[in-house]
Amino acid sequence: MKLTALETLGFRTVNLVAHLGRMAAFIGAIAMQTVRPPWRVRRFVGEVFDVGVLSLAIVCLSGATVGAVLGLQGYTTLARFGAENSLGAVVGLSLVRELGPVLTALLVTGRAGSAMAAEIASMVTTEQLDGLRMMSIDPVDFVVKPKALAMLVSMPMLNALFICFALFGGYLVGVELLGVDGGTYVTSMENAITWEDDVAGTLLKSVIFGGLVGFIATYRGYTATPTSAGVSAATTGTVVVGSVTVLLFDYIITALWGV
Amino acid sequence: MQPSATRDLIVGLFVAIGLAAIAYLSIQVGGLSYKGPGGLRLYAVFDEIGGLKTRAPVAIAGVTVGQVIAIDLDDALRARVTLDIDPRLHLPSDTSAGIRTSGLLGDQFIALEPGAEETTLAGGEEIAMTESALSIERLIGKFVQNSGVK
Amino acid sequence: MSAPSAANLAARTESKSSRVSSELRILLEDVHLSFGGRPVYSGLNCGFPRGKISVLMGGSGSGKSTLLRLVAGLVRPDKGRILVADEDVTALSERELYRVRERIGMLFQHGALLDAMTIFDNVALPLREHTELSERDIAAEVSRRLAAVGLPDTELLMPRQLSGGMLRRAALARAIISDPEIVLCDEPFSGLDPVNVRRIEKLLVELNVRLGITLLVTSHHIPSSLRMADQITFLVNGEAVTGTPAELQKSTDKRVREFLDAERDDPSPGVDA
Repeated sequence: MKLTALETLGFRTVNLVAHLGRMAAFIGAIAMQTVRPPWRVRRFVGEVFDVGVLSLAIVCLSGATVGAVLGLQGYTTLARFGAENSLGAVVGLSLVRELGPVLTALLVTGRAGSAMAAEIASMVTTEQLDGLRMMSIDPVDFVVKPKALAMLVSMPMLNALFICFALFGGYLVGVELLGVDGGTYVTSMENAITWEDDVAGTLLKSVIFGGLVGFIATYRGYTATPTSAGVSAATTGTVVVGSVTVLLFDYIITALWGV
Repeated sequence: MQPSATRDLIVGLFVAIGLAAIAYLSIQVGGLSYKGPGGLRLYAVFDEIGGLKTRAPVAIAGVTVGQVIAIDLDDALRARVTLDIDPRLHLPSDTSAGIRTSGLLGDQFIALEPGAEETTLAGGEEIAMTESALSIERLIGKFVQNSGVK
Repeated sequence: MSAPSAANLAARTESKSSRVSSELRILLEDVHLSFGGRPVYSGLNCGFPRGKISVLMGGSGSGKSTLLRLVAGLVRPDKGRILVADEDVTALSERELYRVRERIGMLFQHGALLDAMTIFDNVALPLREHTELSERDIAAEVSRRLAAVGLPDTELLMPRQLSGGMLRRAALARAIISDPEIVLCDEPFSGLDPVNVRRIEKLLVELNVRLGITLLVTSHHIPSSLRMADQITFLVNGEAVTGTPAELQKSTDKRVREFLDAERDDPSPGVDA
């Protein structure tokens, strides 16, 4: 059946709208289950372990490294203007405003987001979700909700830890290695970063990123085709779509907030 | 990890250090402090506020004692700034308020210089003596004018 | 747990011929369904009687598992009515379906146990979710059911540590722990050795004889099916041919004959092809 270009466009538009509708319905279902008992605290705690605790290593390590690089690069550039004493401010502001929330979100998407999608997708493949339905248990309530919420809650904490480790990495390089005065580093950092303009913004960003990645990972897993290829597609799709979405929303939030 | 007391403990620790990191960033680095409303409210009217913004700090001798909470125009179309100040302070009624810049190119803030009167300012009162913001353009303009007129 | 005695079996065989008058607990009326353009059923009509063991047979791709999923409400037909325990599952919302499913248990082909939880937690799940029983009572009930299916010491094992047959029996324990009146079994014999096939067959028959559970089983496994079924339904080309094992074995329907004769000429040793 040959379709004209217009028909294809129409078909795709309808498909897209239907897709968006399904996603909205999914988010709605999660939201509804969130405000209703059973609260599933045990499962939530387990998911926070999987998302948060298991991501600690990569987040803290990357944080320290990124901070060190910032310290190095920042120093080199600032030294040209004789402004090395502002290193703390430069490292701190870059981290708090942008690098912290964005890099943390990208790392967590890759590590925990993909794992989340893979787990749910393989539960679809092995009929575990149908098994739950047959026991009159809603899979969105039992499986999806704790995971999505765990991602939402863990992200700001991981972001804060990333920033702290990065600030320390910058300190190590700037102060111990390159000779910036320790007190000056810390003071310039503390003076430049304010709660209202910077820290509140970073927390807001990381909460939004957490929600987005939590939704994308669980949605991709939940709607995966029940085959091995489907599991793989869900996993890689989560990383790709999740990463792009984080970057896109970073721009949107920055533009709206003025951060 | 299987549900266990150990797992719960580890998650608890994670949340604890996560919240501690957030608190550190907010309070120590970001300067968040609990400043509820209910401080001493004072008004100051200026001809020119320059780049003064709300939430700009109010300082005495360089020490932050409050912040600007509102800026609007009064009936005479001059800028009326509302200050929220630590209620424990007793400011003499001839205290003056000036708009200063922190550093050469920094943000603007309000500097209060206490006077010598016995009576103190009460809530809702207006600071009589105010010094408007210095505008670099005007200064340069004056300088140019002055050197021009010879 | 013992196999039904010879007397029992004989009694059941006699009642098979009067089966037609039994009330139909599951009924499919004029069901149409296609997947991706390919029609699976075009006007399927069949019914399964209460308190009996019904076996669903047919070649691969004939839609046996799909029929179970339709009955369970996991798939919606394009057209038609499906009555399960007096409720039309095609007309119910997901929420309402959960209510109906409290009376239905399902044994999936690969067990579908949650692989991140122990066997105990898996079997206990329906009780923990839907009853107010104390942990002690739940533990007692889980132990009882696992013992009944011949898995007394498996509670702390994970599903991946069990063999196929054991996994299926654990899943069966989970399916019946809430005392459902209907149990759907998707290919319970597939991939098992003859000993395990017999084991499962005995368990299923016992469920039916002792607890009066209505069983709907899909299977390729002809010997077991002929032995345990009160009614056999053949699915061919989206249509149902129904009868007792005795009737079908004498059937002159070409499609049925083809299936049964393949078995006779080349009897499977009990392991599914």
